[in-house]
Amino acid sequence: MHMSDALISPAVGGTMWVAAAGLVGYSARKMRHCLDSSRVPLMGVMGAFVFAAQMVNFTIPGTGSSGHLGGGLLLAILLGPSAGLITIASILTVQAMLFADGGLLALGSNIINMGFFPCFIAYPLVYLPLVGKKPGRGRIAIAATLAAVLGLQLGALGVVTETTMSGIADLPFAKFLLLMLPIHLAIGLVEGLATTAVVSFVWQARPDVLELADSPGDGRGRLGSVAVCLLVAAIVTGGVVSWFASTRPDGLEWSVAGVTGKAELAESTDGLHGALKRAQERTALLPDYDFAKTQEPARGGQAPAPEESSLGQWFAPSAGTTVSGLLGGGITLILVFLIGWALRRRAASAPSA
Amino acid sequence: MSHHLVEAKDVHYSYSDGTQAMCGVSFRITHGESVAVVGANGAGKSTLLQHLSGCLLPGGGTVRIGDTLLTRKTLAIVRRTVGMVFQDPDDQLFMPTVWADVAFGPINLGLPADQVRSRVEHALETVGMSHVAGRPPYRLSGGEKRAVSIATVLSMDPSILVMDEPTSNLDPRARRRLIELLGTFTHTKIIATHDLDMAMELCGRTIVLSQGRIAADGPTADILRDESILAPCGLEKPLSLQGCPICSRQKR
Amino acid sequence: MADIDSRMAEIGWLDRLASRDTPLHRIDPRAKLLTTLAFIVAVLSYGKYQLAPLMPLAIYPAVLIALGDVPLKFIARKLLIVSPFAIFVGLFNPLLDRQTMLTVGPLEISGGWVSYASILMRFVLTVSATLALVAGTGIHNVCRGLERLGVPSVFTVQVLLLYRYLFVLVNEGARMSRARALRSAGSRGMGLRVLGAMLGSLLLRTLDRAQRVHAAMCCRGFDGHVRTIEALRLRARDAAFLVGWLGVLALLRAFDLAGLLGAIATGGGR
Ligand SMILES: Nc1ncnc2c1ncn2[C@@H]1O[C@H](COP(=O)(O)OP(=O)(O)OP(=O)(O)O)[C@@H](O)[C@H]1O
Ligand SMILES: [Mg+2]
Repeated sequence: MHMSDALISPAVGGTMWVAAAGLVGYSARKMRHCLDSSRVPLMGVMGAFVFAAQMVNFTIPGTGSSGHLGGGLLLAILLGPSAGLITIASILTVQAMLFADGGLLALGSNIINMGFFPCFIAYPLVYLPLVGKKPGRGRIAIAATLAAVLGLQLGALGVVTETTMSGIADLPFAKFLLLMLPIHLAIGLVEGLATTAVVSFVWQARPDVLELADSPGDGRGRLGSVAVCLLVAAIVTGGVVSWFASTRPDGLEWSVAGVTGKAELAESTDGLHGALKRAQERTALLPDYDFAKTQEPARGGQAPAPEESSLGQWFAPSAGTTVSGLLGGGITLILVFLIGWALRRRAASAPSA
Repeated sequence: MSHHLVEAKDVHYSYSDGTQAMCGVSFRITHGESVAVVGANGAGKSTLLQHLSGCLLPGGGTVRIGDTLLTRKTLAIVRRTVGMVFQDPDDQLFMPTVWADVAFGPINLGLPADQVRSRVEHALETVGMSHVAGRPPYRLSGGEKRAVSIATVLSMDPSILVMDEPTSNLDPRARRRLIELLGTFTHTKIIATHDLDMAMELCGRTIVLSQGRIAADGPTADILRDESILAPCGLEKPLSLQGCPICSRQKR
Repeated sequence: MADIDSRMAEIGWLDRLASRDTPLHRIDPRAKLLTTLAFIVAVLSYGKYQLAPLMPLAIYPAVLIALGDVPLKFIARKLLIVSPFAIFVGLFNPLLDRQTMLTVGPLEISGGWVSYASILMRFVLTVSATLALVAGTGIHNVCRGLERLGVPSVFTVQVLLLYRYLFVLVNEGARMSRARALRSAGSRGMGLRVLGAMLGSLLLRTLDRAQRVHAAMCCRGFDGHVRTIEALRLRARDAAFLVGWLGVLALLRAFDLAGLLGAIATGGGR
C-alpha cells in the first residue's frame, strides 16, 4: 500500500514529509540517548531481514490474493518503537530508491502510514497493554493480531486521506475507504499471523532479544507522550474526515450527475482559446481538431457547486489541456528525446575523467 | 617488551544457554610468537579467541594482554592492542565500501583525517587490495574479502593479530597467497584453524583444545606428528606429514 | 522464490549501474538530490487535467539518463513492473469523470481520461527521474549526500547497513530454500508453515549475525556512532548543475512551452 508520487500533490506530500522528518529526527534523538551500541547492527540486519521477507509473496488462504509482511509492528516489538520507526523508514527509503516503490515525495506519507501508525500507535496502545508483563503464546497472538489490524487500518485510512486530499485521483473518499479497509483487514490478519509466528519464535529461541526492545524511556512508561501523539492524530484525522464528509456527501453521485447533466458544452470562444481557434482555422494545419472545453465553466454552471470543483478550479490550468497543447507537448517530447540522444552520444565519445 | 605478552589463567566461560565453552584454560604467549589453536568443531577455539580480543569477558580466571588485565574498563586498551579477524568476512566488512571499512577503526581511534588516509592506503597496499578500495564488500571474491578483512585490522596498527580460520573457504591459490602474506607479518599471531598444513608452515607452537580444555601445548612439529594427541581430539595428521608420496613430492 | 530472484537481479543491475563512472556520477550527490526533489515537486504541482504542460519537463530525466548512460531498457522495465497502485487507483478517473474535455475529430475524450493520462505521465516522469538519480549516484553516495543535508546519521547508517546485509541475507535465504527444495522432492508451492519455519530460522541466523557484526565493530573501537571522514566538496560544476536546473524548472513551470510550440505549429501566434 505504498502511496505513489503520481497521486500526491506537493502540498500533501510536503506536509507529510515534514511530519515524517520530525518523527525520524525525534526517534534519532531518542536513540542517541539510550543507545546500546549493539542496536545499530541489529537494526541494520533486521531491516535487511524484513526487506527480504517482504519480497516473498505468499497467498492469503481462502482469498486467492497475495500478501507480504509489512514489518512495522514486528520491528517495533523486536527493537522498540523509536528504533522500529527508523528501521522501517530505512526500508521504505531503500524501496523508494531501488524499486521506485512509492516515490521520493510520497516517502513522507509512506513513513507515516507504515511506520508511525504501527510503531507509535498500535504498538504502545494495543500490543504492549495486551501482552502485559508476562507474555505467553496466546497473549502474543492476540496482541500482535489486533495491533497489526489496527496499524494497517490506520495506514489504509492514511492512504485514502492523503490521496483524496491531493485531489489527483477522482475516487471519492467514502468509496475509496470502503475499498481499502476490507482489503487491509485481510492483509492485517495475515500480517498479525506472520508477526505472531515470528515473535513467538523469537520469544522462545532468543528471549534476550525481546528484552532489548523495552529498554527504559522507549515506549513503556511514556504513555503520556504517546497519548498526546494519539490525541493530535485523532484530531487531525477527525477534522479531515468530517471536512470530507461535509463537503462531499456522496462523491459518486456527484460525479454521475456531472456525466448526465453535462452532455453538451458551450464552445468557449473567449480570449486565447478563441484567438487560437481562429488562427487554427486560418492555417488549417489541423482542420478537424477542436479545442478543449475546460471543465471549469461547465462545472461552475452546476447548481450546488461542490467544494471540490472550486478547489479544482484553483489548481486547474487556465489553458487547460488542448489539442494544440498536446501537439506542442509531443513536439517537446521529441526534442527531449533528441537532446538526450545527442547528449548520450557525446558522453559516450568523451573520455572519462 | 611485556607489551606483547598474552596470558590466560584458568579461564572459564559459559554461554547464556549454559554451554560450558571454556573450562580452565591457561597459557602464556610471548612477543613475536606465532601460535596455532586447533581442535574439533565446538572445541572452543572461537570462544577462546574472543576472550583474547575483548569480545567476551572471562566468567572465571583472568586474561592479561601486555600489562593490562582484561576487564570492562580496559576493553578499549585491549582492543587497540589486539586485532581480531573474524571467521566470516561478511561480519567484519559492514561498511558500504572497502575504503570506509578499512578506515572505520582508525577513525574510531580519533586519528586526524590525513593520518587515517595514510593508514588506509598502507594497510590496503600491504594486503595488495588497493585496487578494490572503492568497491562495496559484497562485490568481492572470497579471497579478496579475506584480504580486506585483514586490512581493516592492520589499519589499527595492532601488535597482536588474532585470526579465526583465515584459510577457510579459500581456493588453493588464495590460500597460498594468504599464507605468504601472513608469513611476512612480524606481529604476535594467534590463529585458530582446521588447516593443519598451514599451522605447520606458519606457527612454531600449537595449542590443542578439546571440549574447552587444553589437551596439548607445544612445538607444532611435535604435536601434529603425535597421533596419541591428535586422535582423541578428533584431529588427523596434516597431509604433509602423512607420508603420502604425492604430497611429500610436492613439498619443497 | 522467483520474485526474490528477479528482484535481487534488478538490485544487482542497479548496483552495477551505480558503480560506474559517468558525467552524472561525478556530480555531487547533494546537487542531484535537490534538483530531483525540485523536479518532482514541479511535476506534481500541475493541476490534474494538465497533461501537455508536463511534457517539456521530460527534459530532466532525459538529461539524467543521457549523462548517466542509463540503459533505456532498464528504465522501461522498471516502469512496467513498478507500483500497480497508482495505475489501479487512477483507473477510476475515467470511470468517474466522463465529462468530455477534448474532441479530436470524431473522438470525444473525457476529463477522466485526460487526468488518468496525466497521472501516468507523472508516474513516468517521477519514477524515471528517481531511477536515473539512483543509477547515476548509488545508494552509498545518496546517503552521504543526505547526511550532509542534515539527515540524522542514525538513519543513514541504517539505510547503508540494510543495503549491505540485504545481499548477505538473501544469499543465505536462497541457500536454505534450495536445500528445502532438494528435500521436498517435487512438491512445488510453499505454504505458510514452511515459509514460517524458514523465515524463523533465517531470523535466528540474522540475530546471530547482528551479534557477530557488533563484536567485529566493537573490536575496532565502535561506540555507537558510525563516523566518516569522506568529505564532499561542492564544486563550481555542481553548483552550476543545481542552479541551472532550478532555473530551467522554474522557467518551464512559469511558461507553457508545450502550449507555445503547439500554437506555433498550428499556425497561431500569441
Ligand atoms: N553464542 C553462543 N551461544 C551458546 N553456545 C555457544 C555460542 N557460541 C558457541 N557456543 C558453544 O560453545 C562451544 C564452543 O564453540 P566455539 O564456537 O568456540 O567452537 P569452535 O572451536 O570455534 O568450533 P568451530 O571449529 O566449528 O568454529 C560449542 O559447544 C558451541 O555450541
Ligand atoms: Mg569457530
